[in-house]
Amino acid sequence: MTTLTQKHKKIERNVTLLAVLALVTVMIGGIVEIAPLFWIDNTVEEVEGVRPYTPLELAGRNIYVREGCYSCHSQMIRPFRDEVERYGHYSLAAESMYDHPFQWGSKRTGPDLARVGGRYSDEWHVQHLTDPRAVVPESNMPPYAFLADKDLDSGDMSTHLRALTRVGVPYSEDAIAKANEDLLTQVDPFANSADLEKRYPKVQIRDFDGNPDRLTEMDALIAYLQMIGTLVDFEAGEALEQPR
Amino acid sequence: MDNLLVKAGGWLALVFLAFLAMVLAVDGGFAVHMAIIMIACLIALWVTISKADYAAIGRGILKAPADPGKYDDDPIRWGVIATLFWGMAGFFVGLYIALQLAFPVLNLGLEYTTFGRLRPLHTSAVIFAFGGNALIATSFYVVQRTCRARLAFPRLARFVFWGYQLFIVLAATGYLMGVTQSKEYAEPEWYVDLWLTIVWVSYAAVYIGTIVKRSEPHIYVANWFFLSFILTVAMLHLVNGLAMPVSLLGAKSYSAFAGVQDALTQWWYGHNAVGFFLTAGFLGMMYYFVPKQAERPVYSYRLSIIHFWSLIFLYIWAGPHHLHYTALPDWAQTLGMVFSIVLWMPSWGGMINGLMTLNGAWDKIRTDPIIRMMVLALAFYGMSTFEGPMMSIKSVNSLSHYTDWTVGHVHSGALGWNGMITFAALYYMVPRLWGRQRLYSLRMVNWHFWFATIGIVLYAAAMWVAGIMQGLMWREYGDDGYLVYAFSEVVSAMFPMYVIRAAGGLLYLAGAAVMVYNVWMTIAGKVREEKSMTETPHDPEADKPLVAVPAE
Repeated sequence: MTTLTQKHKKIERNVTLLAVLALVTVMIGGIVEIAPLFWIDNTVEEVEGVRPYTPLELAGRNIYVREGCYSCHSQMIRPFRDEVERYGHYSLAAESMYDHPFQWGSKRTGPDLARVGGRYSDEWHVQHLTDPRAVVPESNMPPYAFLADKDLDSGDMSTHLRALTRVGVPYSEDAIAKANEDLLTQVDPFANSADLEKRYPKVQIRDFDGNPDRLTEMDALIAYLQMIGTLVDFEAGEALEQPR
Repeated sequence: MDNLLVKAGGWLALVFLAFLAMVLAVDGGFAVHMAIIMIACLIALWVTISKADYAAIGRGILKAPADPGKYDDDPIRWGVIATLFWGMAGFFVGLYIALQLAFPVLNLGLEYTTFGRLRPLHTSAVIFAFGGNALIATSFYVVQRTCRARLAFPRLARFVFWGYQLFIVLAATGYLMGVTQSKEYAEPEWYVDLWLTIVWVSYAAVYIGTIVKRSEPHIYVANWFFLSFILTVAMLHLVNGLAMPVSLLGAKSYSAFAGVQDALTQWWYGHNAVGFFLTAGFLGMMYYFVPKQAERPVYSYRLSIIHFWSLIFLYIWAGPHHLHYTALPDWAQTLGMVFSIVLWMPSWGGMINGLMTLNGAWDKIRTDPIIRMMVLALAFYGMSTFEGPMMSIKSVNSLSHYTDWTVGHVHSGALGWNGMITFAALYYMVPRLWGRQRLYSLRMVNWHFWFATIGIVLYAAAMWVAGIMQGLMWREYGDDGYLVYAFSEVVSAMFPMYVIRAAGGLLYLAGAAVMVYNVWMTIAGKVREEKSMTETPHDPEADKPLVAVPAE
């Protein structure tokens, strides 16, 4: 042991040595654990149906992020019987492969939202967001009535899509150029939406907040909520999942 | 004089730049932030002009040189005040959001006061504003005294202090406006992150510079911990903060990583914010102030070497335990779990080294309320570093994850360990920094101790019960094979626990308020007349030899 303390005296008399050794020591864990996730292929097994967000969904997702919804709602269903029965099929890595940033969350003050899409009607969401206790008396969620009063002001959506392509989301040049148009088309059931539907399969096109005269933040947020977890068709794969 | 002109001109140019950015901003949040930066530059400009030492400039020097025979304690004095200020703010917001969970009407129906926006305000205020200011102040205090040298780059040290306050103001106002990256404990947007990087590099320069010019041959153990904290936080911040801004004149950015990779990068950061910001840094504090206050040397030099290197090596691996049973690959989860459990040992090495320093001075727990705070801090450090590894076991985590048990765990560490060791260090420093004979009142330190201790016990107990109850109710099946409880029923079952937790928070805040008063009066130079904490009983009647009385 005396040799250890003797040797250590060298380190603790030299700040450069101490700093370099400390830095090397703290780098090892991160390199071994995180770096492989970027090159091991089966970290994210690609699944049919997963696509980048439409401009409106993305704008809604940005509101979800802005309001800190992740503080109380997870988007990550664990593979347990109770969670699968309560929330739906457990979450796959591929389902958040275009999520910059991820919204898995760490706390369930409210329920998990990974498969909330299609579970409730648009009207329910409008009422619930406006006054949560009007539909769930036990709820302790804050009211978000102001979303219905605020026009959606997400800026130039093509710059958002451009930024996302820079970090690896495969939006086509076409999708970027038509981003603002696509945003409006998604809330207009009478517009020609063939292009939008080709670019974003399973896109839901309608007025979401019950007020067709205005495009509000409520529209965008509900458009996002109604698509979470709906892209992958789990029924198709169900037969293969049954234990044999 | 020329130098002064250049400086004033520089600030003025920055004022104009900030103004320009404000006008051209693509969103409201960015515009408000540029306005804040403009105001900060205006204040700096005003200070440059009005506080310049014109007499000295007249004599041909820029400024009267500082007394080399004294430590450079100005930034530390400011840091003490800032720590208390942000501490009160952070505790108060914490109490408020705790009450919001019990009484949602307190969200007030405004977008700025919802739980979702106030929660990062609370976490950042207590970790980075309260804890960060405490770390910067104590590290500057400790590094000067253990190196027997004045701070290197005194002006840069002042920049570190004020730059860090600007970072806090930008982050806090950003959260209220919804400017956030949504990465827990790393919510500030890209430009605030860049600013913090500049401040942090300056901090490292001052700190390492002071070690370089030390008069003592050895670098004291407290400085190893502070140094590893500064370097590791820089690394974590740089990697986790990587993001692509949508516009250089707007607040919004998108994280460089997505999904699984983003999650693990975030929790590698998040867990080591705990490991290095809240553990290594505060252990640095412990290693100076506990031996000083106890007037005993550190228990074991060898133990400090072993636990330092093993702690910093192992902590980094533990991040994946935040992602058990998620879509993160199994091998990473298991690796995270194993290292989390191993981490228990170096953590307790630190606790033992701190507690055993009191060897031969255990009576001080009774007589010295500051020592009592330190012992409680170390006890909570030991308790939460046992609880953490236990919760990182996958089968335990399947119950505890997503519940309030995690919240309780974090708070027994934060309130018990970080809070108490900070209070004790501040109580130690204040009379020395302001040249007072002693604190205004030692009895008030004792009140603070009990307020805080009872508060923590209420908080932690309520959250244990709440968390385990939640976890069990979510997974409860009836005889019919169906889930027994709807989610909303679990929410309403939480109500009493949320109220008890808020009561605990109120007590903790009350204790801190007593501290603010005590420190305020100490700085004002007052001394409270009070009974001393120690009383050695003396009975003059009994104080005489026994005389044998002959039997009658």
